[in-house]
Amino acid sequence: MSEAAIHDSRRPVPPVSKKDLDRGDRLLLGREVVVNRYTRWARINHWITAISLILLALTGLALFHPSLYWLTGLFGGGQFTRMIHPWIGVVLFFSFAGLFVRFFRLNLPAREDAQWTARIGDVLKGNEEKLPEIGKYNAGQKFVFWAMSILIVTLIISGLGVWEEYFSDLLTIPQRRVAVLVHSMAAVAIICVWIVHVYAAFWVQGTLSAMTRGKVTGGWAWRHHRKWLRALAAYGQRDDVTPGDKR
Amino acid sequence: MTINVNPPVAADTQQQMGPQDYIRRSASTVPEPARKLEAVAKLIDVSKCIGCKACQSACLEWNDLREEVGVNVGVYDNPHDLTPNTLTLMRFTEWVNDENGNLEWLIRKDGCMHCSDPGCLKACPAPGAIVQYSNGVVDFVKENCIGCGYCVQGCPFNIPRISKVDNRAYKCTLCSDRIAVGQGPACAKACPTKAIVFGTKEEMKAHAANRIEDLKSRGFANAGLYDPPGVGGTHVMYVLHHADKPTIYAGLPDNPRISPVVEAWKGVTKYAGLALMGVAAAAGVVHMAISGRNRVTVEDDDEARRLTAQAPGAQPLDPDKEPMA
Repeated sequence: MSEAAIHDSRRPVPPVSKKDLDRGDRLLLGREVVVNRYTRWARINHWITAISLILLALTGLALFHPSLYWLTGLFGGGQFTRMIHPWIGVVLFFSFAGLFVRFFRLNLPAREDAQWTARIGDVLKGNEEKLPEIGKYNAGQKFVFWAMSILIVTLIISGLGVWEEYFSDLLTIPQRRVAVLVHSMAAVAIICVWIVHVYAAFWVQGTLSAMTRGKVTGGWAWRHHRKWLRALAAYGQRDDVTPGDKR
Repeated sequence: MTINVNPPVAADTQQQMGPQDYIRRSASTVPEPARKLEAVAKLIDVSKCIGCKACQSACLEWNDLREEVGVNVGVYDNPHDLTPNTLTLMRFTEWVNDENGNLEWLIRKDGCMHCSDPGCLKACPAPGAIVQYSNGVVDFVKENCIGCGYCVQGCPFNIPRISKVDNRAYKCTLCSDRIAVGQGPACAKACPTKAIVFGTKEEMKAHAANRIEDLKSRGFANAGLYDPPGVGGTHVMYVLHHADKPTIYAGLPDNPRISPVVEAWKGVTKYAGLALMGVAAAAGVVHMAISGRNRVTVEDDDEARRLTAQAPGAQPLDPDKEPMA
């Protein structure tokens, strides 16, 4: 740790523990440093969720505003769009539940989150040196995670309430009016959160490979998630990793 | 058009109303129609209704619909509710008049009210699935219906029903196909007491005024016309002997209007929602243009190498999987 402190004396070096690592996080040393960030199953889980969310946004927006009704053409017309949307929602709900179980522990609030959030201006300017050292997820990523979690629960509950085909008797008509209003507002919110998520992944160069190949470079981890890299440098991996959990 | 006249339809009869007479079309706009049809209305005089259900039968017959054989639960309502096949339904209420202790048997023919400001049409997301003609008829065009049930949420009268068979919405059409060739609705034709009459809205209001005067002379001081202003008036109106409390007639709403929740959903949410998503996307474009991508530097890579050089538990990297420099 003292060595690291020499290279970066402006910020205090946070204490790290194995708890800062996920199962499957692993340091690979070659000519360059590479870090395994997401396991294969986490990535499959993520992309099922992502595809579901995009299909839900397309089918949902088609019924949200008349100017977007043409989107039903992508799904073979209005009747099929109406039929498939709730089923994709069911897929998303269970798929996201998988992501929640995988990711929630390191998305719990940490001390540095408040400081990171207070310096959101420096975040947006890319002034990483003015930010505290961050674990596997920064406060922005945690916001996306928890916003998605809350909104998906809101959407599935309100969505079931207005699922005409099977649950038309579940709620009274006044309740269904509220449900459909809540559903549309939550949908707008989750699309905005999704835009933030996708934009951040593009903006921060080197991030996408975490969800495509499961790997990021050591430089990326040093720049954006130094506390996480320090934990990897200290322990290499979580002890409870079994050979079967490779990648 | 006059009250309850059903002239024979000649072979060369022309359609008197059509898509050119649309004044509203769901989830889309229509050009201003070149002509304006005279407003029509069906007037249902509850005080003259004997509950024979001839109107229900006529509706089934004209629209070629069949209702399932139901179960008697001890009330006259049959079936128990509006269905995709039962577009009109006699609703029976036994009501004790507190003023004189009389038991009154209130019978109301329920069905679409053909609102001037139709909540179903406002809520509908499918272009052209619900249309309104300049004479006031609100009609469902089933070819365009997607079965979402939004019209059910939009309607202040709980009228539309979604078929489990073809997943499309159904309700009274005011016999738009009969009106188009100069006929009155089938229910009005069948009514043996002329409790249901059909004509221009002005005629129907005048007719109602006579009926209300008559009812008042018979001791129904609160007799009146039900033409609720909250939905801009309706093209199906009732003469009620207790117009001061419509709700006693099997829950006829006292002051129906499109729910503010539906207004919020189809108003500000729809436009603000699109705007918000647009702003979020635009903010990304602007931020990228101003700040450029947040790139990892060579120094970052060097620092990472230095930090991890002695890391325990690290594994060697397959040389084929070295990241591009």
